[in-house]
Amino acid sequence: MTRSRSHTHETGVALPALLWVPAGFAFALIALPVVGLAVRADWLRLPELLLSTSALDALRLSLETAAISTTLCILLGGPLATVLARGRLGGLRLLRSVVLLPLVLPPVVGGLALLFLLGRTGLLGRGIDVWFGVTIPFTTAAVVLAQTFVALPFLVVSMEGALRTAGQRYEAVAATLGASPSYAFRRVTVPLVLPGLASGAVLAFARCLGEFGATIAFAGSLQGTTRTLPLLVYLERESDVDAAVALSLLLVVVAVVVIAVARPRGVEGLR
Amino acid sequence: MSGLAARIVVRRPSFTLEVDVAAQPGEVLAVLGPNGAGKSTLLGVLAGLLRPDDGTVRLGDRIVTGDGVHVPPHRRGVGLLAQQAMLFPHLTALANVAFGPRAQGVARQEAEERARELLAAVDVAELADRRPAQMSGGQQQRVALARALAPGPELLLLDEPLAALDVDSAPAMRSLLRRVVKDRKQTAVLVTHSALDALVLADRVVVLTGGSVVESGPAREVLARPRSPFTARIAGLDLVPGEACADGLRTADGLVVAGLSAGLRDGESAVAVFPPSAVAVYNSRPEGSPRNVVPVRLAAIEPHGDVVRLRAAAVAGGPAWVDGLAADVTPAAVADLGAEPGVELWFAVKATEVQVHAAG
Amino acid sequence: MKVRALIAGALLLTAGCASAPPATSQPDPRTVTVFAAASLKDTFTELGKRFETDHPGVTVTFNFAGSSDLAQQIVNGAPADVFAAASDATMKTVTDASLTTAAPTIFATNVLQIATVPGNPKGIAAFADLAKPGLKVVVCAPQVPCGAAAEKIEKATGVTLTPVSEEPDVKSTLGKVASGDADAGLVYVTDVAAAKDTVQGVPFPDAAQATTNYPIAVVKNAPQAELAASFQQLVTGEDGKKVLGAAGFGTT
Repeated sequence: MTRSRSHTHETGVALPALLWVPAGFAFALIALPVVGLAVRADWLRLPELLLSTSALDALRLSLETAAISTTLCILLGGPLATVLARGRLGGLRLLRSVVLLPLVLPPVVGGLALLFLLGRTGLLGRGIDVWFGVTIPFTTAAVVLAQTFVALPFLVVSMEGALRTAGQRYEAVAATLGASPSYAFRRVTVPLVLPGLASGAVLAFARCLGEFGATIAFAGSLQGTTRTLPLLVYLERESDVDAAVALSLLLVVVAVVVIAVARPRGVEGLR
Repeated sequence: MSGLAARIVVRRPSFTLEVDVAAQPGEVLAVLGPNGAGKSTLLGVLAGLLRPDDGTVRLGDRIVTGDGVHVPPHRRGVGLLAQQAMLFPHLTALANVAFGPRAQGVARQEAEERARELLAAVDVAELADRRPAQMSGGQQQRVALARALAPGPELLLLDEPLAALDVDSAPAMRSLLRRVVKDRKQTAVLVTHSALDALVLADRVVVLTGGSVVESGPAREVLARPRSPFTARIAGLDLVPGEACADGLRTADGLVVAGLSAGLRDGESAVAVFPPSAVAVYNSRPEGSPRNVVPVRLAAIEPHGDVVRLRAAAVAGGPAWVDGLAADVTPAAVADLGAEPGVELWFAVKATEVQVHAAG
Repeated sequence: MKVRALIAGALLLTAGCASAPPATSQPDPRTVTVFAAASLKDTFTELGKRFETDHPGVTVTFNFAGSSDLAQQIVNGAPADVFAAASDATMKTVTDASLTTAAPTIFATNVLQIATVPGNPKGIAAFADLAKPGLKVVVCAPQVPCGAAAEKIEKATGVTLTPVSEEPDVKSTLGKVASGDADAGLVYVTDVAAAKDTVQGVPFPDAAQATTNYPIAVVKNAPQAELAASFQQLVTGEDGKKVLGAAGFGTT
């Protein structure tokens, strides 16, 4: 009675042979530079370069901030995606284009914008400094804000797509069973879009991990506080190219691990 | 158990739905009608998923729609079983059925207990721990029925619940619906295309065409004496009323129509139903296997798609219930038989083609 | 910066095509390409204009970028006539590859200065003031020349700074002060001069402990070797000294 879930025996429809050529080029464009990086690396010095305190600090900071930023993306972006997908307000179209801005803007511009808003002399930052005695730039919080800013659209777009695909039929069924909108959201909508949420979170995490421009412009660069791996790579390349290459490889490995570990679950979801 | 009384007006660019429907407490009301007649809109309004332009919906002594009131779907106590089971894919059968009670604050253990009872009532107790993807369509629809019943709805909406099932699982699901909906006096509105469903499951029928009710009354009466083309077409089955007996169905004049009956008591009011295409036509009484052979007089010859429909009338001294029976034959057969209105013919139906259902 | 190199290349190509018309009394249109450190942008642009006036028909094309990027580009075959670097170390990359016609000449020096927000509200008067608690100070990271210079001064004076950020280049250090997010920063005196009113400069004597040299050299196999030599003469000559001095550079 159970339907076979295996696709191994499906013959399917053959791909046009011509597709393989551009597909191969596309793959090479992504994979070969990484090979170049690996070839250029000084493998003997690698352990020493990667175990330096500055490298370890940067790795720890990158993983921590990316994790916090991704969590923020889920907590803030999830509800935003739901409003965009299900809301019945006018002006949602405009709202959506605004949400996509960080995808289009150069990250440095985003960092500057954050600085003009939350910097010590910024629109809100001035008040925060005067009233609470807190300044945001040069803190780890600034790194998290910068990362959340650039990564948020990835989560919102991915989850909004999942919400639209899922449709509202299951929620209607839940309502006829007596489930209030909030109960239906928690027990039906969220589990149904979990795969979309998961792949969005992976994308957001990866984006956070690679974030450079907004961070340097808004948060500055200080070992252990704001200097994430990409910032360290950029800096090391000025004086020690070997170190920069080694750190880049580390970044590649972390990214591959994140994608490999999280992606299949994200795609398969709960089935 | 509460009754339903609804008067609804919905204006759409293409049509206007303006109906008045009611179901007594414990009664099943069938809504028949062609596609686009407004059946789904009617159900949407009753469920609270759509707001009508005008009218009121009363459940028991509660107004749930109208007079400036719109009770949201989740506070109506109106359950829904649709064509697609729409089981929550991430939950087991048990959790699907327990969903409604849980949503209303019933403790987990109690909700699951109730869910197990209902799964047993729809004969799928052993599937409790399966996910929807691991069940057949028929099994899913049974679980969906249990789920719809679990919150104890005041009104159950059945939106073509058998339409998506294959021919093997539909009859069993039909009997199940009769058992857990009609026999248990669950107030329900059934939308269907099938006269058989209406006869087996409903107490009363309304026929909806072009947004308004064209016929209504007890199911058997409406379908036995169609007054609209749609009703005539939908009742396009051959149908013989009577009561259940060991071999099938005994007609009022004592003749037995042999057929397949599923667990009916002797003497229970029933109908024997078979498609006109299953009727073989002879010039003289056939020898051999067919159990059900009756003499008829040919009343009319009607083209019917690729085939020709022969309409029967009673012969003098023969059974009266053959009046109106139809047989579908090929045009070549018509020529061979030399069939023309007024000739006497024999209709024969294999017992295996005849379904005997409880009715009324 | 790569884009600029491309544009320079494109200009060279068009210049080559433009030289096709029949010779007249007018000298041939020629282009001299100068790779110069980003901190030389204002002064060299001005000198370039002067050079074009003195040499009718000649166009000066600049590629301003970080010295180390420029050095890498020249080593990798970029078509430069003149290279002016912001540190001896970056020039060394090019000389080590034997890519200059002669030993480089130091044409200017630069020293660090404290940049504060306009009005100097924190009253910073000396290098040691930068170590005051509660002061937000930004410096360049030690990996880049301005940061190396700052580190050298810290060692010489025994004053240890606890910056809130170590920026990857001098412009972003200056930017953090100009935006008001930092109270003070250590940048070159020429940067303070170029930033006009957005920051206020505070000179300090210990700055002399870390003087940065600006060397210039003609690149080997320069497409326009003769013009390259003339441009170098302009920079190292009296006119060059005047312009560079006005911008805050030290000239000897």
